[in-house]
Amino acid sequence: MSVNYTHSVTDVLILEEQQDLTLDILCRACSTEVEQLLELVDEGVIVPTGDAPEVWRFTGVHLRRARIAVHLQRDLGVNPAGAALALQLMEEREELRARLRALGVSV
Amino acid sequence: MEFKDYYTVMGLARGATADDIKKAYRKLARKYHPDVSKEASADALFKELGEAYEVLKDPEKRAAYDRLGANWKAGQDFQPPPDWNAGFEGHGRGFGDGAGGDHSDFFEALFRRGFAGAGPTAGRGPASGGVHAHGEDRHARIQIDLEDAYFGGQRSLSLQIPQIDAQGRMSVRDHKIEFVIPKGVRAGQHIRLAGQGGEPIGQGQAGDLYLEVTFRPHAHYRVDQRDVYLDLPVAPWEAALGAQIEVPTPAGSVELTIPPGSGAGRKLRVKGRGIPGKTPGDFYFVLQIVLPAADSDAARAVYTAMRSQFTSFNPRSKLGVPA
Repeated sequence: MSVNYTHSVTDVLILEEQQDLTLDILCRACSTEVEQLLELVDEGVIVPTGDAPEVWRFTGVHLRRARIAVHLQRDLGVNPAGAALALQLMEEREELRARLRALGVSV
Repeated sequence: MEFKDYYTVMGLARGATADDIKKAYRKLARKYHPDVSKEASADALFKELGEAYEVLKDPEKRAAYDRLGANWKAGQDFQPPPDWNAGFEGHGRGFGDGAGGDHSDFFEALFRRGFAGAGPTAGRGPASGGVHAHGEDRHARIQIDLEDAYFGGQRSLSLQIPQIDAQGRMSVRDHKIEFVIPKGVRAGQHIRLAGQGGEPIGQGQAGDLYLEVTFRPHAHYRVDQRDVYLDLPVAPWEAALGAQIEVPTPAGSVELTIPPGSGAGRKLRVKGRGIPGKTPGDFYFVLQIVLPAADSDAARAVYTAMRSQFTSFNPRSKLGVPA
């Protein structure tokens, strides 16, 4: 059975422009536990502002990196350091692709 | 429904060992992982691989699958045998985020019905007993037009939400939502729609829906982060003598001054006419010189006059060869 209706959403924002995401929000968005995110902080994949986990604040860019790192660990069996390295190389590759696109090369 | 050949999906023979299966999965997962691969089909291939692995890595599911026999071909019309579920008790865990809706009909028919606890919500326990938790966040991709990033734009989405009723039956609910694309969004960014993710447990909050943005390729414009580029064709005399011309941008046409003595490839920047935002991007016109055809005596005479005029002009001076 399927029910059809249309819902209008008003609470819409651009994630990457957010500056005040808590550890809890990150955990939910990454579908993971605090421990895994603490490892990513240790690894320098995500660098929060604030002195203690309770007051840490992350940006939307951190959320995105954390999600990818969590996926790579879950799906490919790499450890946090491996995920950090993969992420760094993927970001470099993305920058190079962006430069090629700006030069009109289709990638 | 179509039969899925999980062994072929993973490039394995039927007698593959558990170790072979794990290795094949790791190798293909690295290739097709949607965060790694840029192929448009990566998502679908990765899901198919995940489904194959979910079955073949689990001795019970694999045994059940193998019972179907080796004569089935991928894509062949398939119905599970009537006594299919007898003797098997599944305990599969969803593969990806909110994996309930990600499996093929084939998988659902074989492993969902009657496999207790396999669904995305059922696995977390009933919504009673005072347990309250956030719903899961969901993730999807959305392709928008560059113009949407300039002006915002109304968009509607249809989501297929799997749900499991009190009897453990699985159904898919069609959920349509409408929202306005936030002005200034760029490719690679994520739009968050609050409360549009998974259902909460108890009195928790619903999860959020995240949409990763890509731009539909445009016939004329290229985008680099906040900046937008357009190859602008100009006549040789416009480039050489300078000109005032009217040119298009997604935000409307602008008057552009081409300085005298411009060459091909020169970039002319119009500040702040890129993707809008707190720090708006810039718009770049990249000059391309287009030559009129020498298809009449008069036109040929002009080119001939140019040749006699510019005797010392060497277009290949940078290549170190004489004119």
